[in-house]
Amino acid sequence: MELLNINIPDWADLAWWLPEAILCGTFLVALLADLVVRGRRPWLPFAVSVAGLVTAGAYAVAALDPGTRTILGDLVVVDGLAAYFRLLFIFVGLVTVLFAWTAEEIMGRTRENKGEFFALTVLMTAAMCVMAEAKDLLMLYLSMEAVGIVSYVMAGYMRTSLRSTEASLKYVIFGAVSSAIMLYGLSLLYGMTGSMQFDGIRAGLMGGQVDDFGLLVAVILVIAGMSYKIAAVPFHYWAPDVYEGAPTPVSALFSVGPKAAGFALMIRFFYTTLAAGPDAAGSAGLVQQINWPLLIAVMSAVTMTYGNLVALRQLNVKRMLAYSSIAHVGYLLMGFVLLTETGLQAILFYLLVYALMNLGAFLFVVAINNHLRSEHLDDYVGLGFRAPWAGVMMVVFLASLTGVPPFAGFVGKWYLFIAVMDKQWFWLAIIAALNSVVSLYYYFRVVKAMFLTRPAEGANLSPLKLHWLQYVLLAVLAIPTLGLGLFFGQFTGLADRAILMMTTGF
Amino acid sequence: MNVGLPHFLTVSAALFSLGLFAVMSRRNAVGILMGVELMLNAANINFVAFSRYVQHGIDGQLMAAFVIVLAAAEAAVALAIVLAMFRNFGTVHADAVQSLKR
Repeated sequence: MELLNINIPDWADLAWWLPEAILCGTFLVALLADLVVRGRRPWLPFAVSVAGLVTAGAYAVAALDPGTRTILGDLVVVDGLAAYFRLLFIFVGLVTVLFAWTAEEIMGRTRENKGEFFALTVLMTAAMCVMAEAKDLLMLYLSMEAVGIVSYVMAGYMRTSLRSTEASLKYVIFGAVSSAIMLYGLSLLYGMTGSMQFDGIRAGLMGGQVDDFGLLVAVILVIAGMSYKIAAVPFHYWAPDVYEGAPTPVSALFSVGPKAAGFALMIRFFYTTLAAGPDAAGSAGLVQQINWPLLIAVMSAVTMTYGNLVALRQLNVKRMLAYSSIAHVGYLLMGFVLLTETGLQAILFYLLVYALMNLGAFLFVVAINNHLRSEHLDDYVGLGFRAPWAGVMMVVFLASLTGVPPFAGFVGKWYLFIAVMDKQWFWLAIIAALNSVVSLYYYFRVVKAMFLTRPAEGANLSPLKLHWLQYVLLAVLAIPTLGLGLFFGQFTGLADRAILMMTTGF
Repeated sequence: MNVGLPHFLTVSAALFSLGLFAVMSRRNAVGILMGVELMLNAANINFVAFSRYVQHGIDGQLMAAFVIVLAAAEAAVALAIVLAMFRNFGTVHADAVQSLKR
């Protein structure tokens, strides 16, 4: 009996993990720095976090074309997919940290433990990077739990606030249950194939002695755990409450970061274990055995319809964005239906676009909340004239979320549509198109409130002065949201390469 | 009687179902968390049993060790949140917490 079939790690290969190592180090230094100054100088952990994220980002850019490097004894792989998502996560983490610095909900005079927020964001970024790199059940579970545990803490960041506490309670209960369900599914997969490695699982499944029904149960349990992370129906219950209750910068991070990480994990896991790879002919049966396309297509259609319909009657902008982010998961799942390369590339590109526009919309809510202490639609009346620049940028984000042509959201959605229409799944494309029309209503209700509705007599119409950093960050998000709609070639190319590297690399 | 893989799987399936039942039926947040622990340990039994009978290696046992540690970490965070909830709401009943709009 061979006990330890683990390769001795090659230390030189660890160099490919430099960004993650830097992020972990940054977390420790930021936390220690906060302890040393006893939380009285939050700029210290803030500066450390920003420096760490920028450095890690620089290394991640340098390692954008890593080939396929398996490190840590086959637990983790750094390839095109990992490199792509690593950049995305570091960008999201950096924007969150910078914006949180200007957010009253984190940095306000009465808030506690300000410094820890930055350290936790950095840790979460590192854990998300690992989620995109896992190629072993152990690492899959560890990274998901790492992201989960940090996010429970962050959701309950304002620990004296009722809403924030409730958000974190709901998050931790749903999170713990769904990760336990997923773990049970993973244990069944391990039992059926005798391997923890993704490619070992694939080999085991193709060996042909796997019970169809057992495989279906295991896959559904695993999908349950992962769709909790991405907040797809029917595992979305936590999302609206958590997004509404958590501090807004945290909601912004949640709606983009863990979601993208969940997609990265799903792409690698299901593509590697189930989909057509180099041995397409032999494995095509696996996807058919459990009727994967129909399963995911129904999930996608229900998710987008539910998210859009419920968003219609939300008057709280933050909660409306929460439901809209559920709807967007539905669109994203379209790319997942057929597990084709076109679909996966579309997901990658849409995730980038989605990160830009959704972060932007949430950060506008943060900036307004700083002044109005409210996220209610009625309080948004006349905002377009009180904060014209930010208001215009919000319109860009909302139009892009709707998928109106010159903006990036349109191009992203277009690719997703092509992915399903390519294989004659027209009903799904039609449902998605109808959904986009529905979403126009609630996105533009915000625009209407900001620019068209006449403010009540005697309403406060004094101009709002946002922090300069908020203008800069909103512009950093808005310009590519506009620009990617016109010049998207470069970035779709990046997504294509990332997927090609994964599919041909293993 | 020879104890084999089916016995372990039966125990773990029963444990998992009990855990899920506890999660769904309990109102007390601490009770829900105890249900989660049962579910995690059901998976652990699976992992250990499969590593002995199917894989003939130690991957599953390694996994179980990691899961135990993570369950402890998760319980620590979850209990801290329940404590914060008790301070704010004066109760640990999960369904009594309804400050967010439905």
